[in-house]
Amino acid sequence: MSARYAIGIDLGTTHSALSYVDLEASDGENTAHGVLPVPQLTAPGTVEALPLLPSFLYLPHPDELAPGELALPWNTDGETLVAGDMARSRGATTPIRLVSSAKSWLSHPSVDRRAAILPTDAPEEVARISPLEASTRYLAHLRQAWDSAHPEAPFDQQQVTVTIPASFDPGARELTAEAARNAGYTSATLLEEPQAALYSWIQGSNGAWRKQVKAGDIVLVVDVGGGTSDFSLIAILEVDGKLEPHRVAVGDHILLGGDNMDLALAHLVARKLAANGTQLDAWQMRSLTYGCRGAKEHLLADANATTWPIVVPSRGSKLIGGSIRTELTREEVTTFITDGFFPRVEASARPAVRTRAGLTQLGLPYAQDAAVTRHLAAFLARQAGATAELEGFAGRVTPEHSFLHPSAVLFNGGVFKSGILAQRVMDTINDWLYMEGAEPARMLEGADLDLAVARGAAYYSYARRGGGVRIRGGTARSYYVGVESSMPAIPGMEPPIQALCVAPFGMEEGSELELPGQEFGLVVGEPVHFRFFGSTTRRQDRIGEVLDFWGPDELQEQNEIQATLPADGRMPGDVVQVTLHALATEAGTLELAAVARDGQRWKVEFDVRTPS
Amino acid sequence: MSTPTQLPSFWSRLSLAFGTFFKTVGDAEFAARVRDDQVGPVAAPPAPAPVAPPAPAPVAPAPVLLRETTPEAALQLLTLLQREARLIDFAHENLAAYADADIGAAARVVHEGCARVLKDHFTIAPVRSEAEGARVTLEEGFDASSVRLTGNVVGKAPFKGTLSHRGWKALDVRLPQLSREHDASVLAPAEVEL
Repeated sequence: MSARYAIGIDLGTTHSALSYVDLEASDGENTAHGVLPVPQLTAPGTVEALPLLPSFLYLPHPDELAPGELALPWNTDGETLVAGDMARSRGATTPIRLVSSAKSWLSHPSVDRRAAILPTDAPEEVARISPLEASTRYLAHLRQAWDSAHPEAPFDQQQVTVTIPASFDPGARELTAEAARNAGYTSATLLEEPQAALYSWIQGSNGAWRKQVKAGDIVLVVDVGGGTSDFSLIAILEVDGKLEPHRVAVGDHILLGGDNMDLALAHLVARKLAANGTQLDAWQMRSLTYGCRGAKEHLLADANATTWPIVVPSRGSKLIGGSIRTELTREEVTTFITDGFFPRVEASARPAVRTRAGLTQLGLPYAQDAAVTRHLAAFLARQAGATAELEGFAGRVTPEHSFLHPSAVLFNGGVFKSGILAQRVMDTINDWLYMEGAEPARMLEGADLDLAVARGAAYYSYARRGGGVRIRGGTARSYYVGVESSMPAIPGMEPPIQALCVAPFGMEEGSELELPGQEFGLVVGEPVHFRFFGSTTRRQDRIGEVLDFWGPDELQEQNEIQATLPADGRMPGDVVQVTLHALATEAGTLELAAVARDGQRWKVEFDVRTPS
Repeated sequence: MSTPTQLPSFWSRLSLAFGTFFKTVGDAEFAARVRDDQVGPVAAPPAPAPVAPPAPAPVAPAPVLLRETTPEAALQLLTLLQREARLIDFAHENLAAYADADIGAAARVVHEGCARVLKDHFTIAPVRSEAEGARVTLEEGFDASSVRLTGNVVGKAPFKGTLSHRGWKALDVRLPQLSREHDASVLAPAEVEL
């Protein structure tokens, strides 16, 4: 297998993209790279190659489109599902047939991600698809786009990296890897998006990054995408005289992004219109959302503009009489976006958590607090000790610090095209730093906000071959299974549970660890469930360590995991003694395996639907 | 085509070249005129005539093919302008019935959409890089199709004058591809909400 290209794929909540590095034309840190224009339907029978593939699927009614109108360059008979630009625009007028935010569903712990559940509000007759299938479709579309553009370098022979949020749990990572396999990716590697953003920044600097950061720096990556916010901390170490970035912490999964902001503004303007007696339908609401996005970008880019007009075109052919003109004012944008999503809060602020109503409709677990800065404050406070163990960072962190002090910030995501918002985040962080007597953090310049993740992923594919700088760090969490402690049963009390560390923090890719001294009896043919926990802060726990108690913030319970021993070669009902092994795969996923004394192994599944 | 110079366009030159070629081959008297008129090829052998359209020779069927695609591309552009800018809706309105404020609101939709179509599907650059109002000199052999001479057009190159419009030129056209069965004459489908 001789790869000619290193390919990076940004599988985003709202947009996907494919970037590549030409290996033959690249040497060391000088890379020749590009972004593949992705052919996609933009209207029936119309195919355009655009740099981004909107991550939307449309499931058309059999009578809805004339035959042959869904042909793509690689499938002249036409697809049954539409992916990309046309899916998004059609779906805006027929939302019951639109699959969106498949990635958020893929990481939704309380639904069966292999079950056909999307679109959630589709009527009976629409054949729904699973979040896994939707992700597979986007990935397959990108593969086919590549193959039709580069017949000389087939996709499955190239080095491919697919990005995921740093906050994805092992189950969601596993499912992404599975989607990639189903889409015909023979050897895809996973990479966390904030890392990809840093790779892209390193690549874009053409070597100058060594002047912008120094050993001892802690880079905070703030990635606010279309649908999710993702934070990571990357420490810069000096190893053998060379700078080496280490990813030391990742944040929680926060479903909050740029699209929420546009929608919030659109609802604000719609309320304003409704007060004047103008009601908007779903179609007008969509163009209002587009209009608000444009107005927001103008107002946030130009500090002198006080208002920006928005026109919602009429739906019928009478354009002039039927259009609705309104405007967005600076005050509204400041109140709603700058102060609503990026308020200047104290370092001690925490996101508000409301207890959810008992009967909630099945939907995505959106962040309950819209303030990105509050989520950021919570993240930095939780990670106050993230660098304590690192070489060269010993003196930098003192117990008086109530949060981890970043020294540089890298922004990613279209939201930060607005200098005002990036500046607001910088000012807020620097306020926190000032209050603790620390130097202000600086903003790393030159980030490419839209395509950084895809570019960085391609660079990572390239770096894996030994071409460039690599970020170290290993797994971003430690993992535990719940074990009932051997205490005498007390009536009316649940037996207390202990947490047994099965995978420590920072396992490097390709490493395998065996849980010492602990054997489990598995019954052949019967699934065994374990409660499963993850921690982003407990860096010191070794494999086999047993925790009797832990802080409420330290361990997060994940979905149950399950091991089933197939009956082949054994008698059903037999009990087999197994040990647990943790394996950080080269592909970037974590695997747990049950290994019998005779060496036979079974995979422990993360993605198990807990019967509720 | 309102070129004041009355020069034949490329396609008419092409058909002229073909016509001349066959007439030169078939009509000895005409061939003699071509040889002797000081304008056509001077050398007697008929070989120079095929040299005249060297590149078009393999492209010979091209004019037929292009005549077919041209209306389609125009329809496609109209479809885009209607979809993004509501241009057909706008042009069909009777402006007399509306106040300027209403027209202005609609014009924003049209302007924004047209700008998007131009940006997404064409790369457009000025023909001349000088500022409008600047003095320019046109050397001999300048490209008459990209610079139009106006006013006191007399004498010989180099011509000196003032740039009144910079001109526009499409460096690249990126129209979407259409599927075989697609009916481009539907500029905007009727919409029926169920």
